[in-house]
Amino acid sequence: MDVLRVDDRLTDEERLVRDTVRGFVAERIAPHLAGWFEDGTFPARELAPELGELGLLGMHLRGHGCAGTSAVAYGVACRELEAADSGLRSFVSVQGSLAMAAIHKYGSEEQKREWLPRMAAGEAIGCFGLTEPDRGSDPGDMRTHARRDGTDWVLNGAKMWITNGSVADVAVVWARTDDGIRGFLVPAGTPGFTASDIHRKLSLRASVTSELVLDDVRLPADAMLPDVKGLKGPLGCLSEARYGILWGAVGAGRSCYEAAVDYARTREQFGKPIGAFQLTQEKLAWMEVALGQAGLTALHIGRLKDEGTVTPQQVSFGKLANVRAAIDVARQARTILGANGITLEYPVIRHMNNLESVLTYEGTQEVHLLTLGKAITGLDAFR
Amino acid sequence: MNIVVLVKQVPDTESPRKLKSDDSTLDRAAADGVINELDEYAIEEALKIKEAHGGEVTVLTMGPAKATDSIRKALAMGADKAVHLVDDGLAGSDALQTSYAIQQALGRTGFDIVILGSESTDARTGVLAAMLSERLGVPQITLANKVEIDGSAIKAQRVTDYGYDRVEATLPAVVSVVEKINEPRYPSFKGIMAAKKKPVETLGLGDAGIDAAQVGLANAATEVVDFADAPARAQGQIVTDEGDGGAKIAEFLASKKFV
Repeated sequence: MDVLRVDDRLTDEERLVRDTVRGFVAERIAPHLAGWFEDGTFPARELAPELGELGLLGMHLRGHGCAGTSAVAYGVACRELEAADSGLRSFVSVQGSLAMAAIHKYGSEEQKREWLPRMAAGEAIGCFGLTEPDRGSDPGDMRTHARRDGTDWVLNGAKMWITNGSVADVAVVWARTDDGIRGFLVPAGTPGFTASDIHRKLSLRASVTSELVLDDVRLPADAMLPDVKGLKGPLGCLSEARYGILWGAVGAGRSCYEAAVDYARTREQFGKPIGAFQLTQEKLAWMEVALGQAGLTALHIGRLKDEGTVTPQQVSFGKLANVRAAIDVARQARTILGANGITLEYPVIRHMNNLESVLTYEGTQEVHLLTLGKAITGLDAFR
Repeated sequence: MNIVVLVKQVPDTESPRKLKSDDSTLDRAAADGVINELDEYAIEEALKIKEAHGGEVTVLTMGPAKATDSIRKALAMGADKAVHLVDDGLAGSDALQTSYAIQQALGRTGFDIVILGSESTDARTGVLAAMLSERLGVPQITLANKVEIDGSAIKAQRVTDYGYDRVEATLPAVVSVVEKINEPRYPSFKGIMAAKKKPVETLGLGDAGIDAAQVGLANAATEVVDFADAPARAQGQIVTDEGDGGAKIAEFLASKKFV
């Protein structure tokens, strides 16, 4: 069911991207997800070349082996990936919108040539090190630093909650220097650089999450991203990734909704399908409304992005509203499925747990509220 | 090698399909259109032949304006160009008329191989390859699950009830394929972007040299006189195992002549 038929407003090309990702995910990914989630694994190395062959990695970037699609096409792809699992979408977001986008926006020609084609093909995986163990919402206060030693750089510090960290071939690491915050490309295997996985997660279990430790990591001068200085560097990438999330959340919510609709039609209690009870219909109707609104929000922001006029406040609006909507839909769906809703036989609890991470990563709900609050009042509440 | 792949847009088998009550033709507006599944295998085989032997793959589609979605997908998978035969006068054409219209369109494209799925999921007549080869006066290789090109010879394996036949013909030829022949690729996003720039030629009846009196519902050789919904699937029979479950299963299979 899709009352508003938002997808009728997609172009042929965007629909083709949608159908391609949907088909690929249904065939290659969906059958394994519950197992990966239960086992707490994500076969990043095996999947990356397949995702690369489709053109999903850095799909909205131009040149260097990237497909150069519209922002809306990228959003639709994120939606279909996250309809499978937020971990899958996270992998693609981090590779394309964080690691590749950082190199694409701020890298030298040599850096782009060295990394982007291989990353687009899924032969090389990237991660993005901004958040630190004690610095989440306030990255400007980061402790990781880089000091000059001759022409080399020497990095020290730690980064936390880094998606793809231990499977990455290259880490984009943000560090404080005497000259402001700068980005560095740290290849895996550089002496002093280690990545270890974070276990015992109950969310995004089908996703690799790591801690990066930099202990006197020596890098040549050309490891630094030359074209950006200051916090606007990493924040520019985060805005890209948040854009993918505001679409992705619609997919996660839709998956839960579809499971609930199917269940409500077939599960009988008191001699009739539970979908025939008014309380169930009310839940489903609200879910339809929430997802229709979220879908419209995503498409609207996507069109603004393609026009080149989208603002960070609009992206904050979308991330805030759509993740909230998806969590509400997931929780409602869970109540319709009853006890079945807590098992991995259905996608609902998996999405629900994943969305708890999506709610706080790439800018917590609180930070996005304050971003909007500042836009509304002109008053800055977090400085 | 001039490879022409025939691509039909059909209603998505995932969505409810129905005929229109007024003229008993397919209600194409009622369901999303997708590429006929077997035609995807034909596209893949056409691309493989091109990759191995060079040449050009042309998509030929007869169908209403919305069939451009399917043409776009075939181009995104890697076909080079497309010809879209679209005209209100073609609506309601039966297999005989369709083979005539496609023959006329092929007169414009030329061909070394015409390749298509062995049947469509909507009409399921499965006769187009045979009719077309008769009209064109070229060999037909139907139900192929393996195709090899060797110079001007084409060798194929055709699926039969007892296994397969190995057949050979000289090009040009018409080849229909079954789903065992390959695994169709997904369109890559680069392919999707490139497809926008590939040429799609739109032909009406006059452009293709099609005589309007020989096509369309009013002139069809066959007529749908009646139709009914498929009967709802009956509830399965539940057999309780009381120590004789095995015997009951064997009895059931024997009654259906499976054993």
